Amino acid sequence: MERIPILRMGQFLLVTIQIDLYDRLALDLAADLVKTASKTGARGILIDISAVDIVDSFMGRILSNIGAMAKLIAAETVVVGMQPAVAITLVELGLPLNGIHTALNVEKGMALLRSKIAGIAGETDPNND
Amino acid sequence: MIKTAILLATEHMSILREEDVVPFRYRVKECAAGIKMGLVNQTYLITAASELARNMLKYADGGIVLIETIERDGETGIRLMFKDQGPGIEDVGLALKDGFSTGGSLGVGLPGAKRLVNEFEIASEPGKGTSVTIIRWANG
Repeated sequence: MERIPILRMGQFLLVTIQIDLYDRLALDLAADLVKTASKTGARGILIDISAVDIVDSFMGRILSNIGAMAKLIAAETVVVGMQPAVAITLVELGLPLNGIHTALNVEKGMALLRSKIAGIAGETDPNND
Repeated sequence: MIKTAILLATEHMSILREEDVVPFRYRVKECAAGIKMGLVNQTYLITAASELARNMLKYADGGIVLIETIERDGETGIRLMFKDQGPGIEDVGLALKDGFSTGGSLGVGLPGAKRLVNEFEIASEPGKGTSVTIIRWANG
């Protein structure tokens, strides 16, 4: 069965979505991510969607769900690399991507995750969401 | 009512399983790129197409989509006609409202799809099925 690989990088889990996700694959990815995060004690999840041409309401909901589920097991989620046309379409569609952070690219996403975790660990960031 | 247009090309695809949605989106993208539709308009169209195909699967166990390249008043565009034989929509006006859903979802699909295209028409008869027609012009 087809699956999206999840890479572990220290405290983070890294996922690059390089194919058009059909529903089952997206649902499996969400479940796999949360299971892996729980098992490994990962503090952050980074999802690279730079190769994704379209995010519809289902896909958007999956991304939000990943963010919400990860939060419950103390991990932050960052979605990186959204194509401008996808961002424009999401706004027009009226889809709120709640519960996830975004960054322009993987590098900035990693930096954001590190700062979030540092903020939580030191409890110096009362404005964190 | 959607005005008549000259038909340049037509084909149809069945959407019977969720795996059918990806190749369908791909085909719509090819057709849109074929008439030199801009990337943002392409993304609008494919996203709307994806929402409507998903609705057909979710509420009507699938259906058929006509993919047409059309021309009207010197403009080229893509027209998609989604036809299913599902339970139909009892209150179309309500179904087009943001945040309304009978399926436990976000209620974004139908009103969102409408916003993403230039022309949108829906006809539904409870017990008989639903048909949705959308048009996105290349330079619309």
